[in-house]
Amino acid sequence: MLCLELAWRFIIARKRPMLLSLSGIVFGVAFFVLTQAQTSGFEQFFIRTILGTNGAIRISDQFQDNVGTVEKVDQDGKVEFLFHSREDSLYREGVDQPALIYEALKDYPEIMGVSEIIEGNGVLNTGSRKSSIEIKGIRWVDHAQASDLISQIIDGSIDEFAADQMAVLLGSRISQRLNLKVGDRVRLIGGTGNLHLRVSGIFETGVSQIDKNRIYLHMGTARSFLGRFSGGSVFQVALKNPNRAPAIAQQLQNVLNHRAVSWQEREKVWLDVFKALRVSSGITVSCILLLSGLGIFNVFAILVIEKTRDIAILRSIGFSPQDVSAIFLWQGAILLSAGVFVGSLFGYAGTFLISVIPLRIRGIFSTDNFVVNWDLDHYLMAATIALFFVSFATWIPARRASKVEPAKIIRETL
Amino acid sequence: MDLNGGNHPVSDSLRVENLCHSFVDAGTSVDVLKGVSLEARSSEITSIAGPSGCGKSTLLYLMGLLDRPCSGKIFMNDVEVQDLNDIDRTRARNESIGFVFQFHFLIKELTALENVRLPLLKSGTDRSTADEKSIGLLNDLGLKNKSHRPAYKLSGGEQQRVAIARSLANSPKYLLADEPTGNLDSKNSDGVFELLLQMAQSLNLSVVLVTHNEKLAGRADRRFIMKDGLILA
Repeated sequence: MLCLELAWRFIIARKRPMLLSLSGIVFGVAFFVLTQAQTSGFEQFFIRTILGTNGAIRISDQFQDNVGTVEKVDQDGKVEFLFHSREDSLYREGVDQPALIYEALKDYPEIMGVSEIIEGNGVLNTGSRKSSIEIKGIRWVDHAQASDLISQIIDGSIDEFAADQMAVLLGSRISQRLNLKVGDRVRLIGGTGNLHLRVSGIFETGVSQIDKNRIYLHMGTARSFLGRFSGGSVFQVALKNPNRAPAIAQQLQNVLNHRAVSWQEREKVWLDVFKALRVSSGITVSCILLLSGLGIFNVFAILVIEKTRDIAILRSIGFSPQDVSAIFLWQGAILLSAGVFVGSLFGYAGTFLISVIPLRIRGIFSTDNFVVNWDLDHYLMAATIALFFVSFATWIPARRASKVEPAKIIRETL
Repeated sequence: MDLNGGNHPVSDSLRVENLCHSFVDAGTSVDVLKGVSLEARSSEITSIAGPSGCGKSTLLYLMGLLDRPCSGKIFMNDVEVQDLNDIDRTRARNESIGFVFQFHFLIKELTALENVRLPLLKSGTDRSTADEKSIGLLNDLGLKNKSHRPAYKLSGGEQQRVAIARSLANSPKYLLADEPTGNLDSKNSDGVFELLLQMAQSLNLSVVLVTHNEKLAGRADRRFIMKDGLILA
């Protein structure tokens, strides 16, 4: 405690350089928290959107093993490749036995919801306008458990959809393009013929690709329209812990012998973009902390030179080299603690202010404000990086201070 | 290590035998002490006088375990101490040795009281006891009303008295003073010397005084004169 007390006294006696050192840590930590909150905020929002729309795992076609389709043959030193025909292999589009798969998935402890979906294409015709669309035939009760469909409905309601077998839920961009409102009638063309549907709701996922292409029909209506009365469906699975999706997908694929794709694999491109942004901003902002570390190093290096006489005195009255070193390390620890605390407060306040900045984004997700992620890990990471730089910046001068030879210093002072 | 007597005969003397020391300066070894022997006894002031560069300060720092001799022996309470490890040397400096330097060397960020109580707190004395003892010492040295004044706001003579109070805080057996009056006018110099004399007698201290001041050196109980790393008389 004595060393801590001396460290504190030395710090408050040098307000200006210490405040400069402190401000470096404060801004470094604050900017780190801010940038991480923004980049990971958009990333988390994107993940929530795609999980709420397409689920954590998609189980589709029966698993096809490609082994043996290409064969390398050596003939008289020449290498030849033989391509085997797949004509004899049995290929079934989608899930072969949906009822069995559904039963198997339903009782899986980590699965929160399972929705069987029949997929196909068609054209919506209002009479004056046409639009190619992607049909998703669902059982709405199941789909509501495996997605955020209910909360994505911005006009109409799921009850209206549930009450009418010829109801359709339209993506928001489709409704805009075809100028359709809830209650309007629309014709679906393609498949086995024409269907007259009633718009019961309009949904918006925020993912423009989905909002301008997707419609939801009841499973029976969709099967009838597409002429697929059994099989051929896919499953959308929601998990209690979406982070475990890759492992569970692999497990399901092995057990069910159907292709199971996790959301991490499905959205790898976008996730990699977000990761690159997050790492890039982290590195950039860490440079601020590095610079503040260099500043602290300078301040402490000068401080040790200034305090060599005091160090010699402390040694002469019974302070050990470790005590002397501790005095300087405590100074670093005080600056670090204060810097991380104040920097975190600034980061927190800044994150809040940024979160209310109006910013309209429609594309890979939908938002009207800057999206931020409140995550304790950002603060811990900022503190860890600051700890690394400040420790290094104070350790070297502290070590130098501990090596001061008292007799030599006193002799040279006289 | 027991510098307080233990099973050894209690003599409280500080003794050096055939002490040699050298420095390397610009690649050349310079012999500073060439076999110095002397003894400082308790309740006495032992003065070491001599011209600049004769090795008297070096001798004092060796006696105070601030440096290690090249050869020779140092005895505290008849215990050989020149080869003690760093931990024991540090403890000995805290518990048994008090230093007073020419430029008083107070820590300017601290008050007079805080400077004096530093060795006490370092030795593990609780804060209230340390404060009580430090204030008592400052009172004895006539600084009663200046105990809470920052060190840098004290006059030269006051600062030297605070330094003496600090050197006495842990009730050391040996007080080593390196030109303690070198930076003071004659009035203050006399005052400091009287103080050291009084402390030596009342506290049974072995005081070793290194000085240029012939007059003060002459007033010591035992007097040594050094030249070129050797004791002349």
